[in-house]
Parts: sequence; structure tokens; C-alpha cells
Amino acid sequence: MNILYEPWPWYVGGPLITLVLFLLLFAGKQFGMSSNLRTACAAMDAEKLSDYFNYDWKSKRWNLLVVLGAAIGGFIASHYMSNSTVEINPEVAQQLAADYQISSAGEAYLPSEIFSLEALGDPFNIAILLLGGIMVGFGARYGGGCTSGHGISGLSNLQRPSLIAVIGFFIGGLIMVHLLYPLIFG
Amino acid sequence: MKNIIFIVIGILFGIIMYKSEAASWFRIYEMFQFGSFHMYGLMGSAVLLGILGVQVIKRKNIKPLDGSDMSLEPKDKSVTRYLVGGIIFGLGWALAGVCPGPMYVLAGAGYVSILIVIIGALLGTLLYGVLRKKLPH
Repeated sequence: MNILYEPWPWYVGGPLITLVLFLLLFAGKQFGMSSNLRTACAAMDAEKLSDYFNYDWKSKRWNLLVVLGAAIGGFIASHYMSNSTVEINPEVAQQLAADYQISSAGEAYLPSEIFSLEALGDPFNIAILLLGGIMVGFGARYGGGCTSGHGISGLSNLQRPSLIAVIGFFIGGLIMVHLLYPLIFG
Repeated sequence: MKNIIFIVIGILFGIIMYKSEAASWFRIYEMFQFGSFHMYGLMGSAVLLGILGVQVIKRKNIKPLDGSDMSLEPKDKSVTRYLVGGIIFGLGWALAGVCPGPMYVLAGAGYVSILIVIIGALLGTLLYGVLRKKLPH
């Protein structure tokens, strides 16, 4: 049963993502992971800060349940279905090692240079992770969705706003990796 | 009962994200370096099949199991919020190497550092809530 243990190629993963999209549609919901951020803020009484969080968040409780499931799924997959290493294009791996001293491609699931517990001792890494998270949260709510809500749900429903957002995702990602990485990590 | 359905869908999603490596920082970086077809194939095939399925649902007027309407409402028309919000999201996606679904998958997988990204994402959401009325939409 190698298919359970080996990494899944795109033609296995892609159709399974579509399956999740339709399971949620048939459950009467829409696939979109970032709306849980608003739900979580509302559940933590953030309506004192902004009426953006003053809504019936309990009706959106389902997306916190999906998040709980996603964490359980991550536990199961990482402990029982994977050796948690990711092989990437060797040229990209070499470039990461040469330019940014990130040489854990092929040995880890996330670069240990940024995500290991030892790396957390460096305030620089904490700042990177915090700033990345802030932009993800802010951008997803300002843009009305993320990779799942716009990238999968919205594009599947042929929504022009979602296409604009996905183009934005790529503009931002390309600026970060090609223009800002050399300044931040170089 | 409905609660369990959502948790099970979440578990399935989590396993797919981890096993397809969409939750890996390395795959995100490689994608923005155009180093592999993997992420493009993953999202492209998901969207192509999604388009086909949504068309079938619309043409046959298929309803969810509880008989309500499918959550396929058109999104509000605008350019600014989608483009600017999208670019900010993309900057964060590439910097932290993770997007909002996989964050929780990685937390479940035991990566403690990802909690900092999650805290950041909640702060970013709060910040949007506070600034929302001053931003062009």
C-alpha cells in the first residue's frame, strides 16, 4: 500500500480537493478556509474592537469544526502516512542552500532553518512567521478569501473576483520570492 | 451528527493537504520559482473538475442533502479589494510558506512554530476588522 505512505502526485491530490469542495457543497456550505479566522475572532469577543465581528458567528461554527478536523488529519497523515520529507526540484533546492543557507529540502517537511524549535530562539524567525501570518490574515479578509475560497471554490464557480484575487496572490508571491527574499534572507 | 460530518470532511482535507505536500513551505517556494508542475497541476486539476461539477449542479439544479440552496452565490463586484487584498495575501503566503487551511494541518502535525503564524493570521484579521471602514473596497 505505497499509495498511503508515498507523497501523493498532483493527479491524486487535485481530484481529492475537488471531492472536498463537493462534499461541503452537498452539506450546504462553501469550501473556504480563511473565513474561520473571522469566526475565531468573533468567538473571542472581538466585536468590542469592530462591528465586523458582531455577527451570528455560531451559525459559522461549522468552519471551526472543519479546522479541528484538518488538525486531526494533519496528525494522522504526519504520524502514520508519511516520513515527512519533501523532495523538490534539485535546482531549486540548490539555490535555496546557496542563496539563503536553507538546506533541509529533501530532509524535512518544513525548512528546519525557520520552523525548528531551535530556530524559534532567533527573534528574526519569529518576526518572519508573525509578519507572514499577519499578511495572510489581513489579505485573506480584505480580499474576501484565500487559496481555497477564491482559488478553488470561486474559480470553479467562474467568478471574476476570484480570478482577480488569484492573480493578486501570484503577484504578491512572486514579489516576495523574487524581490524581497534576497533582501530578507540574503 | 452534522458536527461529525464537518469534522470528518476536515480530517479528509487535512490528510489531502499534508499528503499532496500543499502544506509544505518547500512546495510553495518551488511554485513561485516555477520549479515544478506539482502545485499548478494540483490546483489546476482541482479547478477543472470543480468547474465541470458546478456546471452539472447548476444545469440539473441539484440541491444539497438538506434541500437548501447550493452555496454558489456570485461574489460582490469589485477590483480594488480583490487585487490589493490578494497581493497582501500572496506576500504573506510566500513569506510564511503557508495558507489558511494548511496552518491547522501543520499545527496538528506537531509544528509548534506554526502557532506563531496562526496568531499572526488572527491579528491580521483583527487589524482588517478595525481598519475596514477606512479601506477602499
